[in-house]
Amino acid sequence: MTVIVIGSSAGGPQALHDLLPLLKPGLAAPLIIVSHVGENMGDLLTEGLARTCTLPVRIAAERMPVEPGVVHVAPSGYHLLIEPDRRFAYSVDERIRFSRPSIDVLFVSAAEVYRDELVGVVLSGANADGAEGLRTIRRLGGLALVQDPNEAIVPTMPLAAIEQAGADICAPTAILAAHINSYVRP
Amino acid sequence: MTEEDDHLALEAIEVDLFIEAMLRRYGYDFRDYGRTSLTRRVRNLAQQFGTGTISALTALVLHSPERIGEVIGGLSVPASDFFRDPAIFRALKAHVFPVLASYARITIWQAGCARGEEVYSLAILLKEAGLYEKSRIFATDISETSLASAQEGIFPLSDMRDASRRYFESGGTQSLSAHYHARYERAKLDRGLIDNVTFAEHNLVTDGVFCEAHLILCRNVMIYFNDRLQARVLNLFADTLVRGGFLCVGDRENLRVAGASLFRPVEGAPSVFRLRSPVEPP
Ligand SMILES: C[S@@+](CC[C@H](N)C(=O)[O-])C[C@H]1O[C@@H](n2cnc3c(N)ncnc32)[C@H](O)[C@@H]1O
Repeated sequence: MTVIVIGSSAGGPQALHDLLPLLKPGLAAPLIIVSHVGENMGDLLTEGLARTCTLPVRIAAERMPVEPGVVHVAPSGYHLLIEPDRRFAYSVDERIRFSRPSIDVLFVSAAEVYRDELVGVVLSGANADGAEGLRTIRRLGGLALVQDPNEAIVPTMPLAAIEQAGADICAPTAILAAHINSYVRP
Repeated sequence: MTEEDDHLALEAIEVDLFIEAMLRRYGYDFRDYGRTSLTRRVRNLAQQFGTGTISALTALVLHSPERIGEVIGGLSVPASDFFRDPAIFRALKAHVFPVLASYARITIWQAGCARGEEVYSLAILLKEAGLYEKSRIFATDISETSLASAQEGIFPLSDMRDASRRYFESGGTQSLSAHYHARYERAKLDRGLIDNVTFAEHNLVTDGVFCEAHLILCRNVMIYFNDRLQARVLNLFADTLVRGGFLCVGDRENLRVAGASLFRPVEGAPSVFRLRSPVEPP
C-alpha cells in the first residue's frame, strides 16, 4: 500500500489548495499532512481543504488508525507520529526549530513504519523542516517529491529538501499530483 | 533486507534491552510506553550522553546510578506551558469550579505536572475564584528534577507574554503579573501559590492510589502510553476520585474503550470527564 506524507509551511496552504483537488476521487491511499499554521489554525486549514477536495479531510485522531482514502491533518500544538501498528500518536515534546507539529518528526516515524511504501512531499515553506525527514524516507526506500522552488511562494523549504535529501521528482504541484495518482493502484 | 532495514532491526533490539535495564536495575517500567516516541527519546538521550549507540547508553546507565535523574529527565521531556489550551481552563472554571465550591474541602491531583506551569496556572484561577484556601493540591511526576524546578517556580520572563494572553483567554480576572515577580529576565511565581501544594514523586505505571480527589488533571501524559497502560491509569484515576469526581485530560486525547466505560464527557466542557456512578448504564 502506498502512503503519502506531505509537509508544508509558509505559502503551503496555497500549494495544498492547488494539489489536493487534482487527486483522483477515491484515491486508495492515506494522505497525512503537517502544515505549520498558527496556534489553533489546524482546524481552519482542515475545513478549508475539505471544501476543495473530494476526499474526506479530517484532523488525525489520537490512537486511531491511518486510513486509506482519507486526508489526515496534524492538529496544531502536537507532533504527529506513526506507531508500528499504523495508528497515530501525539507528542508534546519540545518544538523542533520552533515548530510543533514538526514535519521531520512525522516523516521519520512514517518512514520507519512504511519504508519503501512511503512517498514524502515537501511544499512551500520558509525554513528547513522536512529536509531531514525526506532524507530518511529516501534512505529507507521511499520516494521524495519536492515542489518546484520556482513555483513555491516561499522556496526555502523545497530548496533545503533538494540540497539535503535530493528529490526523485521536483516539479510544480500539478505534476506532483499526477505522479501521486499514478502511484496508487485503484 | 537492506542495510537500513537491518540497522532499524538492530536498534529495536537495543531499545528493548535499554527498557529491560531500566526496569531491572532501577524499577522504572517503560514497556508500555508508545514505542515511537520512546525510541525518539532514547535516541536523543544517546546523543545527549554522547554514547554513539543505544547499547553503549544502556551500559553507561547500568553503571551510573548517580545519573538516573538525568536519564529520567531526558526520557520524560517536561514540555509544558502556562495556561496551555485556555479553552480547557475556561471549561474547568465554568463547569467544575461551581461543583468544587460546594465541598467544604477540595482535593486536586495533578498527575504529570512537569515543571509546574500547569500547577501555578490552576492555583491562580482557584485563587481568583476564592477556592484556593480550601484546596489541597497534590502535584506529582515521575521526574525528580522536574519536581524540584516546579517547587522553585522560576521561569524565563519571556514565557510570560504569551502566558498573559492565554491567562486572559482562560478566564483570568486580574493580571498575570500580579502573581509573579520579575527580576533579571526571570519570573518568580508568588510563593503563596504553592502554600497548599504538595509536590511528590509518583509513577503512574507502578504506584497506586494515595488520596481521594475531587478533580484530577492529567494532561498530555497518557498520550505517551499504549492502550493497556492508558487503561490502567484510567482505572487508577477512577479509584482515586470521589463519586461524581472530575478528570481533565489534554486537548483531543482519546480515552478509548476504558475511558468510555469509566467516565462520561461533560457537556460543553472539552477534555473534561466525570466519573460514572457504578449503577449508571454505560
Ligand atoms: C508533556 S508533560 C505534560 C505537562 C503538563 N501536564 C501539560 O500538559 O502541559 C508530561 C509529563 O508526564 C510525566 N510522566 C511521564 N511518565 C510518567 C509516569 N509514568 N508517571 C508520572 N508522570 C509521568 C513526565 O515526566 C512529564 O513531566
